[in-house]
Amino acid sequence: MKNNKFTIQQVVAAGIGTALFVVLTETQIPVVIVPNTALQVRAALLAFLSAVYGPVVGGIVGLLGHALGDAFFYGSVWWSWVVPDAVFGILVGLFVKQYKIREGGFGGKEIAIFNVIQIVANAIAWVLCAPVLDILIYAEPSNKVFGQGAVAFICNAIMIAVLGTLLCFAYSKIMTKTSSLQKEE
Amino acid sequence: MNEKAVIDFDNFTFKYRTQVDPTLHDINLKIYKGEKVLIVGPSGSGKSTLSNCINGLIPHIYTGEQQGDVRINGKSIRETSLFDLSCMVGTVLQDTDGQFIGLTVAEDIAFALENDCVAQDEMHARVDEIAGIVEVGKLLKSSPGELSGGQKQRVSMAGVMVRDVDILLFDEPLANLDPATGKRAISLIDKIHKQTDTTIVIIEHRLEDALFCDADRIILVEDGRISADMTPDELMSTDVLVRAGVREPLYVSALKAAGVELKPEDEAGQIDTLHVEKHAEEVRGWYHKQPHAQTRTYGKEVLGISHLSFAYDQNVTVLEDVNLSVRQGEMMAIVGKNGAGKTTLSNLICGFLTPDNGEIRLNGSDISGLSVKERGEHIGLVMQNPNQMISKAMIYDEVALGLQVRGVPEEEIKERVKKVLRICGLYPYRNWPISALSFGQKKRVTIAAILILEPEIMILDEPTAGQDYRHYTEIMEFVRDINEKAGTTLIMITHDMHLMLEYTNRAVVIADGHLLADSSPAAILTNDEISDKAYLKRTSLYDLSRACGIDDADGFTEAFINYERAHSRG
Amino acid sequence: MERKLLTYEEKDTWIDKLCGVTKLVFFLCWSVTSMMTYDTRILVLMLVLSLIIFKISRTRWDQVGSVFKFILLFLIINLLAIYLFSPAEGVKIYGTETVLAGSGRYALRAEQLFYEFNIMLKYFTVVPSIFIFIVTTNPSEFAASMNRVGISYKAGYSVAIALRYIPDIQADFRKIRNAQMARGIEMSKKGKLVDRIKSTTAIIFPLVFSSMGRIETISTAMELRSFGKHRKRTWYMARPLKRNDYLVIAVSVLFMIVALTITYMDGSRFYNPFV
Repeated sequence: MKNNKFTIQQVVAAGIGTALFVVLTETQIPVVIVPNTALQVRAALLAFLSAVYGPVVGGIVGLLGHALGDAFFYGSVWWSWVVPDAVFGILVGLFVKQYKIREGGFGGKEIAIFNVIQIVANAIAWVLCAPVLDILIYAEPSNKVFGQGAVAFICNAIMIAVLGTLLCFAYSKIMTKTSSLQKEE
Repeated sequence: MNEKAVIDFDNFTFKYRTQVDPTLHDINLKIYKGEKVLIVGPSGSGKSTLSNCINGLIPHIYTGEQQGDVRINGKSIRETSLFDLSCMVGTVLQDTDGQFIGLTVAEDIAFALENDCVAQDEMHARVDEIAGIVEVGKLLKSSPGELSGGQKQRVSMAGVMVRDVDILLFDEPLANLDPATGKRAISLIDKIHKQTDTTIVIIEHRLEDALFCDADRIILVEDGRISADMTPDELMSTDVLVRAGVREPLYVSALKAAGVELKPEDEAGQIDTLHVEKHAEEVRGWYHKQPHAQTRTYGKEVLGISHLSFAYDQNVTVLEDVNLSVRQGEMMAIVGKNGAGKTTLSNLICGFLTPDNGEIRLNGSDISGLSVKERGEHIGLVMQNPNQMISKAMIYDEVALGLQVRGVPEEEIKERVKKVLRICGLYPYRNWPISALSFGQKKRVTIAAILILEPEIMILDEPTAGQDYRHYTEIMEFVRDINEKAGTTLIMITHDMHLMLEYTNRAVVIADGHLLADSSPAAILTNDEISDKAYLKRTSLYDLSRACGIDDADGFTEAFINYERAHSRG
Repeated sequence: MERKLLTYEEKDTWIDKLCGVTKLVFFLCWSVTSMMTYDTRILVLMLVLSLIIFKISRTRWDQVGSVFKFILLFLIINLLAIYLFSPAEGVKIYGTETVLAGSGRYALRAEQLFYEFNIMLKYFTVVPSIFIFIVTTNPSEFAASMNRVGISYKAGYSVAIALRYIPDIQADFRKIRNAQMARGIEMSKKGKLVDRIKSTTAIIFPLVFSSMGRIETISTAMELRSFGKHRKRTWYMARPLKRNDYLVIAVSVLFMIVALTITYMDGSRFYNPFV
């Protein structure tokens, strides 16, 4: 816990986070007809874990979770969609100090910061990264992939704004352990 | 016995960073090489903190202020790294899944060796050797999902013994095991103790089960202080346990109820050593004076099950032709070893699974057409692990949730939540975040969250797992209150024999998917054959009554339970 | 409703006996090749090869069948979507236009059919290799072998922990969902979006937060058994690379180089039968 290296807790958080991400692969709320896009519960989970544990855990959970989830459930790995999740996890995780979740300080200002960062990170991941990779790897039509990317961006941003924020907020409350707790009659 | 103290608390006081008051006060305790020591105490007494000092989690992971010192093998815990401490002290934690890290048994046992960079050949040999000692040699390739709780615990033991530790520390080793498996675990610990001369420290509040094998000393921790440090025989002849809220062995309570004044020389620490001859007359006399218990009558059938069968796939039958009729107002226990089909039965009743055959009736009508949610309005389910039910940060919100989704007006919700919190003893904590509560308190929150819905039937999965005697009594008295006042029918899935005896009128035994017995708890717990098949343990009251020359062990057991009930409720 | 996940199953073929890392190298080379190339000849060759390997690995249909059906469905939707968004993408790529039927924007063109046929091939070449990788690789040995290709053992252990706890967390998920449904919390697809998201919190919160507790316990247990003590660690399940491993690695890398060289020889990744 003393150094900034990969701590035991981060190793475990990356592992358990990945397991959670995989299990939640199929927990989604379909919204539009565009294939492979739905409100992904796991997007909120990734944002939450990245915000709590930082970029290393966020990156691993995004990369590994998405790759394993795809492989176990769908028997294929769409790297063009795996990489953006890793990018997203790293980007959100980079600002871990700003959210103060573990210190129990996730309040109004932090909620705003968290959401600005998640929206920007989402845009980079899904409006930029994913379509470009889709074109490079699969040579798919650009209007299709940018359309898909935009839908994914909107879905994830909404999901994280609601569920991600709620998760961070609730966990931050859980972590509020001060000396001030006393029984009341 | 030996002169060298391997564990030495020297005027030790400790306060966690996040708390106002110290958890441990001025502890002086010496444990010598080769001793076997039991540490008991109610929850929150500081016994876990004591164990965290022995394995070095305090001060290396959990920080706080300390005075005095703790020395392990003469080395101060402050100045010794956690790595070095863990080579001397092996800790077996309570959570059998959380500490099973490896993908297979062999890997989990080898985990510490892998981290110590032991060469592969040596590692394989060492794992084989240790696996043999804890009797998991045939399971080396199994994954944790294929193991029972008892097997996982043995793997965890192996995982720390693999390093040749001097001290083995067990944190509530019996908490997650059925009685028969618990008995086996204690025997195994005893075997290891005798073979290896390791110092053994067991933290446990199920004293009777822990005393199945002899212990050198029992240390009672109360409010962060050591309030007793004596041999089991001495301890049984005092009343400090009862005053501290730790349950005495049943046969000891029965002897005391009969007016026997135990002395250390009675050797009451274990039922096998007890010199009962002197007191047999007294016990018999007391027994014959006990009034016959009145049998309570119950209402009409509320839950009926006929010819119920279920299999996960064609080959593995989990339940076969189960027939059961539960009457309104009953308090019933479903018992049996883990994996016998108890949970499957409750899953079928709640509608999480669909039976292959048979019928489930609620108030006389078939419920196969009802959804999970519809069934949930009549049948409440309280899960074993409270952390898996709680979805809110604050106690009030969690308890209110069930009413909120049903559109009950906020004013009424407030009143009902207040009432339930009072009954559950949670009212003083009403403004606390749930995260600040102990495991037992969280459990009460989840019971409160279901109770507030006032279901006709409530299924409680191991309602008192992990609770000390005081909380156990509090919860069970509360549950019985609900049963008596609201007429809620209660079905408890449990392997707590005390709970069965004291709080249920009927026990249904499931073994290997079949309904093996359906009788009074006293009858079941005094029957060797059924107890064995259900992985229960014959109650010590049976042995006591036999030793005192009372043939009707069943009757004696019931008489004592009725006596205790009458006296504890004033 | 709940589909079966792909899982490892012990068998006794030479593919099983390869090191996890060998299979990982094969899988990565194979994926990269399949991603980069649009050369129909190579894709067809890869498809044939992967079916042969699939046969050798003795993977049974019931191990992968339900997952395969899902991929098929997904693939069809994707192909239709491409057509919907860009019905003349093939014309752009191959430079000719051969209308087979219809007219206007959505006319059916031979180039478009061929282009989408190639996309389909690309999917099908990767799928068997993943099936084989998952069902023939012992997870324990895989975690151990990752260390060998330069991935830090800590990251490798994250993978091991993920594989170890996926079944546990899946069981938790089911239990929690059941209990919350019985408590009256509805998981219906109706209602406002925000309400639906909120109702999932009743499952997600207990699942995530009890898992956070689990992270603490596991960390403690690992701490008490000296994880991270040294810069290196040994592995109970590690296997030395054998002749077959080197052979497979060499062939995989060689195949990738040759395939990509052929693909890019004429300056385009597409094989064009129309000119």
